[in-house]
Amino acid sequence: MAASTPETLADIRRQQAQRLRQAEIRRLLARIVFIALLIGCTIMFMAPFVWLISASLKVRAEVFNNELIPDPIAWENYINVWQAAPVLAWLKNSVIVGFLAAATVTLSCAAIAFGFSYFRFPGRDTLFGLVLATMMLPGAVTMVPVFLVWNGLGLVNTQVPLWAGNLFGSAFYIFMIRQFYLSLPRELFEAARVDGASYLQIWRHIALPLTRTALIVVFIFEFKASWTDLIKPLIYLYNTALFTLPRGLKAILDQFGQGGEMQWEIVLAASVIVTIPMIVIFFLGQRYFMEGIATSGLKG
Amino acid sequence: MTQQSAVVVRPFGRTTPLQRNEMLAGLAFISPWFIGFLVFTAGPMIASLGLAFTEYDVLNPPKFVGLQNFQRLLTDPRLGLSLGNSIFYTVLHVPLVMMVALGLALLLNRVGKAAGFFRTVFYLPSITPAVAVGALWLWILNPRIGLINRGLALLGIAGPGWTTDPNWIKPGIVLMSLWSVGSTVILYLAALRNVPPELYEAARIDGANGWQQFRHITIPMISGTVFFTLVVNTIASLQIFTEVYTMYFGNMNSGAAASAGLFYNIYLFRQAFEFLRMGYASAMAWLLFVIIMILTVIQLRTSNRWVYYEGA
Repeated sequence: MAASTPETLADIRRQQAQRLRQAEIRRLLARIVFIALLIGCTIMFMAPFVWLISASLKVRAEVFNNELIPDPIAWENYINVWQAAPVLAWLKNSVIVGFLAAATVTLSCAAIAFGFSYFRFPGRDTLFGLVLATMMLPGAVTMVPVFLVWNGLGLVNTQVPLWAGNLFGSAFYIFMIRQFYLSLPRELFEAARVDGASYLQIWRHIALPLTRTALIVVFIFEFKASWTDLIKPLIYLYNTALFTLPRGLKAILDQFGQGGEMQWEIVLAASVIVTIPMIVIFFLGQRYFMEGIATSGLKG
Repeated sequence: MTQQSAVVVRPFGRTTPLQRNEMLAGLAFISPWFIGFLVFTAGPMIASLGLAFTEYDVLNPPKFVGLQNFQRLLTDPRLGLSLGNSIFYTVLHVPLVMMVALGLALLLNRVGKAAGFFRTVFYLPSITPAVAVGALWLWILNPRIGLINRGLALLGIAGPGWTTDPNWIKPGIVLMSLWSVGSTVILYLAALRNVPPELYEAARIDGANGWQQFRHITIPMISGTVFFTLVVNTIASLQIFTEVYTMYFGNMNSGAAASAGLFYNIYLFRQAFEFLRMGYASAMAWLLFVIIMILTVIQLRTSNRWVYYEGA
């Protein structure tokens, strides 16, 4: 700007216009690259879904022909899968287990987190440190003895071990709900105490309603975790009738897929059935998913 | 419960009834966690450590075998193989996930009105149940008819045997894992949106170009989140199980993948619940725990060299 070689006004104007044009072209190019990248990535991320849905609607001979639109459309795959395996029972099991797992963990964590945030007692922060430390523990360390506990209680080959551990809270959710409680002003509770409310009452009537969002986030996250879990059903369930959907899908894959009867259209239709409820829940509770992930990064 | 409160109350005899009341109520609220901690965490940890010195098949009482299980850890070729597989996977998976997720988050951060739509596009795969992901990717990765090799063929590239060639099975699994980067993308996106725009404005005035802004503003400002995902992804990927177990283990004869896809937690699971070697599995679990702890401590120790904490 300070450079002041003598130039005519027209020259300066021409140069400026040229520079402006160049900047515009560069912006346009950047825009094109950006849109191309976005579209490319979108196609790559969506292609497996599209392939899955399309292949699940093809007749057996054409499952792997990679045509986008099935011809003919084999709706009967979705009928056959219900007949090939007790999918309806598995769906019911998954819903029940998922609901119990989510409800118990939400309630217990809400109570525990309240204990760790509102009350003052010696050793509280040390204990809370212990809660956080347990998050680091690989599941494999406790997997065998916890199995022995349920085995000792005679509850192996029932669905109880899939959710009952949640009655005792879960470190990550305790942390998460506590974050929400800490954002509430303490005076809110003190005022209720002065009015003679019991601790249980201030938890139920003040803390819980005010942290509704956090509770929904926890419920959704745990429902998803339960819905997608394979390890626990593999360990605890032997009877086909007790299977949850992921365990059932694994059984279908073993029976009809690789090395089995090679009826892949059944496997793929079952995969769609397992996945769709998650997608529905995501669209209903999108905001809570995003909120939950954002809170999980708070530690960072 | 009574024992618990007695222990805590005694040293604080001077507390007022009100304070004692508050303390007891607080302990009551956290008591479910405490019971669960004893029964499902602390107790099992001790039990697992004890079992590591025994031979135990659940049906017969445990037999003390001294250090035999730990000796076996050193000599079992399958253990070395599975640990090597898991480390190989982690070394490939973690940096790639972080780079891909950051790339996608940077893209998303520039999308204006349609951000919600594209966020959903990238996030949906990560809510797909892992068993379905495994069943689906068995076909996406299929060397002959899978989407990936068909796509490569369009470019004139003969794709590798993602599910059959021992050298390509793990890279194939990494590819599958990249499909599920969604939650890391969301985390990075949130971090990017938290960078104050004034910083970029100031840098532009000082003449910083795009790369310099990225290198000296974006990276430091999101380094806390990057570090968090490094730690969490490392711990998680050393424990990869479900997708791979679905694809290659169980009742199926998986050929080359039975070795190339044998990850640590799969081997541990098979030892415990297929071969009923609970003692050996417990020793394996402790080895994994020690490895994870060492790695995490190293990551924490070196973090202050590159992680920028605002206000710290």
